[in-house]
Order: sequence, then structure tokens, then C-alpha cells
Amino acid sequence: MKITKEEVEYVAHLARLEFHAGETEKFTSQLNGILLYMEMLNQIDTTGVEPMTHAIAQKNAFRDDVVGESLMNEAALANAPDGRGDFFRVPKVIE
Amino acid sequence: MELNELTIHELQKKLRAGDTSSTEIVQAVFKRIEAVEPRINAYITLMKDVALADALKADEAVKKGDIRALTGIPIALKDIFCTKGFRTTCGSRILENFIPPYDATIVEKLRQAGAIFTGKTNMDEFAMGSSTETSFFGTTKNPWDLNRIPGGSSGGSAAAVAADECIASLGSDTGGSIRQPAALCGVVGMKPTYGRVSRFGLIAFASSLDQIGPFTKDVEDCAILMNGIAGYDPKESTSIPQDVPDYRSFLSRGIDGWTVGIPKEYFIEGIDAEVSEAVQKAIKCVEGLGAKTMEISLPHTKYCLAVYYIIAPAEASSNLARYDGVKYGYRSPDGQDLLDMYKKSRSEGFGAEVKRRIMLGTYALSSGYYDAYYKKASQVRALIKRDFDDAFKTCDIILTPTTPTPAFNVGEKTGDPLQMYLSDILTISTNLAGIPGISVPCGFTKGGLPVGVQFLAGHLEEGKLLQIAAAYEKNANLEKRRPNL
Amino acid sequence: MEYEPVIGLEVHAHLLTNAKIFCRCSTKFGAAPNSHTCPICLGMPGVLPVLNKKVVEYAVKMGLATNCRINDRSVFARKNYFYPDLPKGYQISQYAEPLAEHGRIEIETGDGKKIIGITRIHMEEDAGKLLHDERNPSSYVDLNRTGIPLIEIVSEPDMRSAEEAAAYLKRLHEILVYLEICDGNMEEGSFRCDANVSLRPKGRAAFGIRAELKNMNSFRNVQRAVEYEIERQRHVLDGGGKVIQETRLWDDGQGVTLSMRGKEEAHDYRYFPDPDLVPVEIGKDWIAEIEKTQPELPQEKRERFIREYQISSYDAGVLTASRALADYFEEAARQAGKPKIAANWIMGDILKFLNEDKRSVKDCPILPADLAALIRLIDDGTISGKMAKEIIDVMYKTGKKPGAVIEEKGMVQITDESALAKTITGIIEANPAQVEQYRSGKEKVFGFFVGQVMKATQGKANPKLINDLLKKMLSGS
Repeated sequence: MKITKEEVEYVAHLARLEFHAGETEKFTSQLNGILLYMEMLNQIDTTGVEPMTHAIAQKNAFRDDVVGESLMNEAALANAPDGRGDFFRVPKVIE
Repeated sequence: MELNELTIHELQKKLRAGDTSSTEIVQAVFKRIEAVEPRINAYITLMKDVALADALKADEAVKKGDIRALTGIPIALKDIFCTKGFRTTCGSRILENFIPPYDATIVEKLRQAGAIFTGKTNMDEFAMGSSTETSFFGTTKNPWDLNRIPGGSSGGSAAAVAADECIASLGSDTGGSIRQPAALCGVVGMKPTYGRVSRFGLIAFASSLDQIGPFTKDVEDCAILMNGIAGYDPKESTSIPQDVPDYRSFLSRGIDGWTVGIPKEYFIEGIDAEVSEAVQKAIKCVEGLGAKTMEISLPHTKYCLAVYYIIAPAEASSNLARYDGVKYGYRSPDGQDLLDMYKKSRSEGFGAEVKRRIMLGTYALSSGYYDAYYKKASQVRALIKRDFDDAFKTCDIILTPTTPTPAFNVGEKTGDPLQMYLSDILTISTNLAGIPGISVPCGFTKGGLPVGVQFLAGHLEEGKLLQIAAAYEKNANLEKRRPNL
Repeated sequence: MEYEPVIGLEVHAHLLTNAKIFCRCSTKFGAAPNSHTCPICLGMPGVLPVLNKKVVEYAVKMGLATNCRINDRSVFARKNYFYPDLPKGYQISQYAEPLAEHGRIEIETGDGKKIIGITRIHMEEDAGKLLHDERNPSSYVDLNRTGIPLIEIVSEPDMRSAEEAAAYLKRLHEILVYLEICDGNMEEGSFRCDANVSLRPKGRAAFGIRAELKNMNSFRNVQRAVEYEIERQRHVLDGGGKVIQETRLWDDGQGVTLSMRGKEEAHDYRYFPDPDLVPVEIGKDWIAEIEKTQPELPQEKRERFIREYQISSYDAGVLTASRALADYFEEAARQAGKPKIAANWIMGDILKFLNEDKRSVKDCPILPADLAALIRLIDDGTISGKMAKEIIDVMYKTGKKPGAVIEEKGMVQITDESALAKTITGIIEANPAQVEQYRSGKEKVFGFFVGQVMKATQGKANPKLINDLLKKMLSGS
């Protein structure tokens, strides 16, 4: 087993997802299959290989420090599931 | 022939000559849509009223002599491109009612070139899939066989072109999502060099792999659309600040004296015999055009799928964190508190494949696993790119099949994610290396399913791809067929 | 047991750019909620960040000012976590490859100077703000602050007392404000500080378990919170207990730090390089260009003032409290040619006026040239020091030049010897008895004559001249 049911539950929490009992088992087994397949990467010696994080190596893309137009407040909130006044409303953050 | 069956360059000639109007073209397209759409399901949202209004404006412009590269041409957009004021769903319940207050850069550019939009096409949810079966809005059917999938993730865009429900369309390609459905639907599809076409307004799946490209009925149309969408965009940090050539200028140059590399790792077990046969014929055809073919090796090919299915989900797990039910999109009505609202909204809003990839990516980045998965995959990615750099020192172009098999049946692979992932095995390396690739029709199976041949070139060599694709298309002498709908 | 506190600070400073770090929205404080937002800072689907170049320049300025090594290449990374004030579900920050590292600054402590190491300085975006509704179970999100550029300055755990922590923080604040890259406003949150505090038995090298303190919005609160936390941990350890690693919030009202335990979870931020942004590569040329724009830093300035103007260390400290004040002083000193006197006027009068009105020296109605002119008028005897006090008051209230005030009030000092001699002759004639007393050796009556002269001249006579003339004329010579 590459990944246990408990780990799946932990990862689901990190990703803010939840599964029914049956679903968790199915995901665990599918993820195990995929992760086993990934094992093949361990066959390659990558010592000293610089990780490639971009498809094309580029650098220094900037914008000037100039203020442009913002959205009108109504436009910013137009898609909000719960827009209240000028704000996005969310259930209380429990602290 | 009906107007909707013609190509961009054919329609442009007619428009210039005054033989037809944009309004007539748009009407023909929507007539076709109304006739076949219930069986194909290529579109999520249609934009008929706007398209007809825009056609009137295009006709006015033509009268004034203002004819641009795409004036009056009806084009379909994958529903992954943000369209200001028009719903953009990305094939997901979580964005079912999202209306962006901005246009993607390519949408602006196409509009600037005079294009008319017919609607937003169906796709795998967040472009995660190879069959359009993960869409929240139902599966798109392959116009050549309604029991089969059109490929994915840009299945709607490919099917819409194949079924003449638009003149051309735009899609996005993260691991083959343009080339694979183009092959399975018998149309031309190109994935340009990473950074050549702006990603601004393209809803992100895997940011370091995503690229936008056209679906067209022939290679010339592909060049026309590339002229319309390619170019530097200051709104994207990874956009390449380099001038774009006139892609049409490559179409009639021929390939005499070229070297075409045939990578042995791409002609392996699991390639369907009929696909193999059609591609062998394409190789012969290319040789007949004065090109020399040679076997080459891309030694890290077998690792591409594993690398891709770590990097793409890792980036996706982060890209999709913004769908949290706060600013836009679906919010579950049952959330008891903030944490519960997050979990319910995301679990109800995303489909199974998206959740699977978020899980995979979250795991690959999580504490203790980053080095073993994400970092390792990024290192092997560098080796895969090096394979291509080496190969292009010895050849101009690489030729492979686009897909291992022709279109498979609806439902055939939905139960086994790994089997589904394997259908991208011949297209994924291109995205990992950031190079351009094109799929061109190269024949049919006995059962009447289209087969595609894929050409790959080095960074920014889209011109070369169009050059060989045009030469091949002209000399392949393929039987002209249309799907029987 | 005797314990030694170990303190490290993490400071977040808003950079004074016009636009946000990755989009073109304004950074101005105090706008209507969600009015400084756009698809990019709202984290809408498909949008992309492009880095504001000024952010890099400002961050490099701070790196140079704190003696950091500016890395040739730095990379933005995504810090992934869910919170309603974080619209993308990740914060764009820097992680494995920050902009600047290995710096140090000097602070003054009770035992003299001390070096505090700077671990790193990196660029990142700020999050939005949450407002909590007391009456119903909702929170309200304002995303105006989202995307305002920040630098995070992380110190080495080099501080050993709350006083040192406060001194370090003040020094950082002063440098940022001097560089004009941060307004330093702690109440508005443009300069924020978290503190890591632990104790270890004196003489031991290994660190103890630390608590992270948050929610301190003034220098005083940082000092109080650290002091409290040191005492709290000492108490725990002395009682045989164990300090636990946790985040604690400073409660200003109660003057205590309170545990957030149970309310936060273990973090797993899943940092990885942001594929939407490209590496920042800062070549030598760019650094040299930025170096040219570096102002003299407060510490250097203080040392130079002491050396060049022969003023006390205390005075130099006061006069370099801000760049504007130091510039004011230098200009006035240069024009007046009397640095020490200029310093006295600024510290004694001008700062008093400004403080009373809560005014910045930049808005001072008395220009440095006007102050210098006033000093010269005293110097050449045109006015007395006493008159000058009156004049400067009017200058501050009206913004008038000293010459104009003197003219209006007819305040010119009498320096005409013959006119004054005439007045004195009159006084001597009118007071023969006192003259007799003086001449018989009762020198105390001299004061009486000075008073008489001042009265007759309405205080406008030059006191030195009065003295000289009186002495001469009373002695009868």
C-alpha cells in the first residue's frame, strides 16, 4: 500500500474535500494504483538534475507601477453566492 | 455544399467576392446546430442572438471594405476561455453560473480579427479527461460514431468542427487535449509552443502545461487561426516576447531535403493495427515528398505519463483551490460553519475525476512527499525535454501516431482512471517539453473512424509544422468523407 | 534556575507602491470595501499575475540597507491554505529561493552595541481582511488589501530581552521609513510584527520550545508581550511544566498572551514554485543602479552629525528621527553657519510647535532658510534672543519671514550708541541719589540703572551695549 485510508482522509481535509465512507475506499484503491505506477520514476537516477518547473526558461517579466482601473464594486460581487452590501459574506470563521 | 461545410479561406473568398454574407454563414451554422446538436452535444452554451447581431455588423464592415483575417467567420470557443458577460463553466457544476467580467486575451484577439462566436463548447470538467465524459453537462458524442467518445478534453470543439456546427474552433491542450480529439474526430488540431499563445483568461488546469490552439478543417485554416491568436501578451509572465511570422507563408514551401525522425518508443505494443497502418502510409507519403526518414530514440518516453500525472495534478490542486464558494461559483446550502461550507461546496461542486486529481496533486505536494513525487517528476521532466533537444539536433520534425487507438466507446474507460490516462500517452511529452505539435487526419479505419498523424517540432517552430502538415495534406490523397448524421 | 530568553522577530512591511504587486489596483488605504479589486486580485478563474517591478526595487533597497546578500535569482512560490481572506486559496510568496539573505543590523542596548542577524527578506502579497459580526454567525470579506506588496524580514534568534526586541524593531522601522519604501504605520497594519520567544537554561546552546506571538500593533505592545511571555514561560518551567509550541495572541486589554491552542491546525502549506511567474534575476548592473538611489541611513547620519556638527549623541538622535527633520536641520545649519544653535532652536522651539499641532516637519511654516535668517539676526545683534523667541512664535503662526515680523512689530534693537547715551544721560540726571550710591561702591544699584534703560527703550536696546555704556557713564568718565 502506497497510501492508507487515513492518509487519504488527511489529504482530503487539506484539499477541503469530503467523501462518503464507500468513496474513501474507492479513492484509496484508485490512488494506490496510480501511485504504484509512479514507482517507475525511482528507476531513474536524477542526481544533480535541475528540476524543470517551467516549460520554457524565462526570467524577469514585470509590469510598471501604474494604477489601472479596478472593477466596480457591484461587478466584483456580481458572482458572489452571498454578497452582502459591499462585502462577500461567509459562515463564521470559528476561532 | 452548404456554407457551414466550407473552410475559413473558402468563405473569406466568397465574402470578398460578395457571393455570400456573414449572416447567411451564421444562419447556416445555426441551422446545422439545431439539426444535429441534440445527438452530438458539442456545446454547453449557444450564443445565437449575439452571433446574428455580430454577423450584421460584419456585413456592414464588409460593405465598407473593412475585411479582416476572420471577418464574419463563425468560430466556437471551448468553455474554458473567459468571455465577458457570457457564462463560462469549464464543464463544471462549480462554475455553472459564472459570468466573467473580462475576456480571455485570445477572445479579444479573435474579436479584433472580426470573428463571430457561435458558443461555448463542451469539455471534460476543468479539462481533466480524455473523452469529454467528465463534463457536468453530459458527454459529447463522436460525429463519426455516436456510440463513441470524441476524445478530450476539448471534445466539444473537435466534434463541432467535424460536424460542421462551426467553421473552426479553439481548444486547450494540457496533455493532448487538442491533438487527441482532433485525431479522433478527423480534423486538424494544433498545440503551439508554450508561451506562444496567451493563457490570460484560459481557466487554468496545469499552468506549466496548458496551451491554447485551433481546431480546423484543413491546415490552411490552422495557419489563419494561428495568425489570429499567437503573439506576446504583457498580461502573462510566461508569454514569449517574440514576433510572430505569417504562418500562411509556410504552407506551400514543401519539405524537400528534410529529415523526419520516427521515435521507436512511439511505435510500441498497444498501438492499434489500423492506426499503425495509416501512420505507416503517412510516413511513405512524407518520404515521397523528398524528406528522409530516420529512426530516432526518445529514451525517457515511458516515464512521461508518470511525470505528467504528478505535475499536472499538483499544479491543478493549487489552481483549483480558488473554487471555495466565497467569491463566485457554487456554494453548498448545507455548510454549518466555514470549514463545512468549504468541504461541502467543493465536494458537491467538483466531479469525481477532478476530485481524484486534486487528491493526487495535494498528496504529491504534501509534507514528506514533495521530494519523492513533485521534485522527482520535475527532474525527470528536464530529462524528457533533453531527449527532444537532442533529437532536434538530428531531425527537423518528429512523426508519431497521435493516439494509440481510434475513438473508444462511451463508458469504456470511465471505471479505470489509469486506462483512461494511457490514451494520452503519445501526446503528453509535447506539453512536458513545451514544444509545438499538430495532428492531421491520415485516414480511416475499416469501421470508418478517423486516424491522426502527429508532427512535432522544436520551440517556436510552428511554421515548420504547418509546412509539413500542408505538404502532407496536399499529397496524402485521402478520401473526402463527411460524418453521416 | 536562571533562564536566558531567545527572541526572533518576523516583520511584515507594506511597500509604498502605487499599484498592487501582481495587478494594477491601487494600494491606497481606506477605500470602500472591495472597491480596489479586479479579476486578478479577486482570484477569478484564468487570470494571471505579472510582478510590479517597483516591488523588486524596494525589496532590494531593504536588502542592501540591512547588509543582506541579494540573490542572483529568486523564485516565487505558492503557499497553499484555505481562508476567506485568501481568494486564490494560496498566497504568492517566496520560499526556497528568497530575494535576500544573510544580513545584519546594529542596535543599541544597555550594554552597548549589538549585531542582530537577518535570516532573509522575501517578497509576497498581503491577504484581505475579515470583519466578524458579533450578532450573527457570519464574517464579511474585504479584499482591498489582497495583493498589496509586502516584504517579510525574518531575524535570527539573536535577541535576549524584550528591550532588545523593541530596539531591533525600531531600527528596522526607522530604516524602512528612511528608505521611503514603507509608511511604517502600525495601526493601519503597514508594519506588523510577530515574535518567536523561547527560554533556555543559561549557558546551554540548544534552543527551548518557542511560542509565536501575534497581534501586537505597537512597539510598546511588542515589548510588553515579549516581557509577559518570558515571565509566563519562566513560571511554567519553574513549576516543572513544559512550554508547548503554539501561537499565542497578545491581549492588550488584559496585558497577557493567550493560547490559540485547539483553534489552529498543523500546517502543511505544500509550497511549490509558482508556474505562472518567472524567476527574478537581479544582475550586478541593476543592483548598482538601485544602490545609487540609496539614501544615507539613520545610523550613518547620526555618526556624521556628531562628527561634522559637533553636536551631542542625544541631539543627533533627535535630529535624525526622520529624514525630513535631518534635512531640515542640515539646511538651516548650513545657511546659518551655526549648527549647534540651529539644533537648539529646532529641538527647543520648532519641534515643540510641530508636536503640539501633530504636524510633520515637511509642513512646517518656518522654512530652514527663515530659521537661518533668524539666527543670523541674533548673531549680528539686530535682535536679542528674547525678541527672537517672540518672533519665532509669530513666524510659526503666520509663516512670515523674520524680517517682516520685526518690521511689523518695530522690534529692531537699538544699537545706535549716541541715541542710547542720550537716554542714559537723562536717567543719570534724574536719579542723582542712586548715582551717588553707585559711585560710593554700592554696585548693586547697577541693576536698577539697567532696568531703567530697558524701560525707557521698551526692551529694544542691546543689553551688552547698555552694560558697556552704563559702566562708562556712571563711573563719570
